[in-house]
Amino acid sequence: MRGLALNEISIAPPLRARRPATPSAQEPMIEIERLCLFYGVKPALKDISMSIPKNRVTAFIGPSGCGKSSLLRCLNRMNDLIDGVKITGAIRIAGADIQGPAVDVTHLRKRVGMVFQKSNPFPKSIYDNVAYGPRILGARSRSEIEGMVETSLRSAALWDEVGDRLHESALRLSGGQQQRLCIARALAVEPEVLLMDEPCSALDPIATAKIEELMDELKVRYTIVVVTHNMQQAARASDYTGFLLLGELIEFGSTPDLFTTPGDRRTEDYITGRFG
Amino acid sequence: MTQHTSRHYEKDLQALKEKILLLGGKVEEMIASAMKSLLSRDPALARRVIASDREVDSGELESDHLCLSLLALRQPAASDLRFIATALKIVTDLERIGDLAVNIAERSIELNEEPPLKPYIDIPRMAALASSMVGRALDAFVRRDPVLAREVLGSDSAVDQLNVQLFRELLTYMIEEPKNVTRALRITFIAKYLERIADHATNIAQMVIFMTEGRDVRHPAARVGEVEEG
Repeated sequence: MRGLALNEISIAPPLRARRPATPSAQEPMIEIERLCLFYGVKPALKDISMSIPKNRVTAFIGPSGCGKSSLLRCLNRMNDLIDGVKITGAIRIAGADIQGPAVDVTHLRKRVGMVFQKSNPFPKSIYDNVAYGPRILGARSRSEIEGMVETSLRSAALWDEVGDRLHESALRLSGGQQQRLCIARALAVEPEVLLMDEPCSALDPIATAKIEELMDELKVRYTIVVVTHNMQQAARASDYTGFLLLGELIEFGSTPDLFTTPGDRRTEDYITGRFG
Repeated sequence: MTQHTSRHYEKDLQALKEKILLLGGKVEEMIASAMKSLLSRDPALARRVIASDREVDSGELESDHLCLSLLALRQPAASDLRFIATALKIVTDLERIGDLAVNIAERSIELNEEPPLKPYIDIPRMAALASSMVGRALDAFVRRDPVLAREVLGSDSAVDQLNVQLFRELLTYMIEEPKNVTRALRITFIAKYLERIADHATNIAQMVIFMTEGRDVRHPAARVGEVEEG
């Protein structure tokens, strides 16, 4: 037997240098600089700087209340809808600032689509759900709209399941289909960035796998940012992962690196499921 | 180190560590007994070494089984993942070390049926070195000590040198007198087994460096696209 008692064995790794907040030489789509967010006086995001690469899936993970959803919602200014929110710092998407008063928020949200935790189709037909955005944005001709509906449903891997019943109510679809319909609806306005806030937390494993597969297909054309409670989902479906804790971005790096050799003890404790 | 939220997971990881340590202790003991059987001309002891190989084999199976169930059920990450990956690999090295100790015991039985060819000088030195490498590699694993693991890596060449030196010496015995050949070859084999044991200890030490630092130090020439350090 060895010279040490078993209870003396530590399985802690030595702390290593923190990874930089720009994970690679990837072209950035979203640049966040010294972003702080306060709900009233309470800081929810503290001095966050990071570059989110274009045409990649980036996941934000962290415990409840760590600020990951707040950060996601900054990217299409959803936080504007909440009273008492104060934001400092800069966010640029494709090089252009999105924070300024001159920014057309409706236009921003067209460029930066969002899919929520609970699928929220309109109580309309499948077709009308997807056609809604293009119509509002001025698409006129029936053939143009039809084309967009089909393309979006195909992109969201839903066409084969609903192509023959487009005029049925969207509410009759299964949970996973409804979520993919919401993705199709977001894609119909041809965004550049797709934000997903816990998109699979209400879905079963097969529906989840379909959404994850879809994320992998969609990243060819879009930049995807996903918030997830499910670490395995981040590990499976993302290229880059950011770990947030108490409003701070603790670590941001390539997903395989972060899940095999995290640079920060707090990341390590979180992803290995330790008390902290 | 903080504990896992899941106590069951924590317990399983601890159990895996204990299995590896028991296995390590067992093979160290086998090397020592095999050498003792050679030096003190004790075939009964050599046979006990041969018999104990089954315990090592079943230890390997148990350890692998536990690793696979941890991978399947817990989706381990970061240091846990590296620990389990290390366990999966070093258990194979330990099992091979056990086999080599058995091989030494077998040659010892054969050699002890004949008069000694020459006094053993380099063989015990090699055995002491190789055995200490195994011991230190396991200590490094237990203590998660990459410094100690690197020391082990540095010891390998001394064992290799002794092997080469012993081979040259035994060659002269063989050239001198053909009836020495069988015994000289058996001693050469033992030297080779010890040299292989040192190689397995080196593998273990390399995995300990991976486990503690997340850095793969094997085959430096073969690695491309290294992960840059933060």
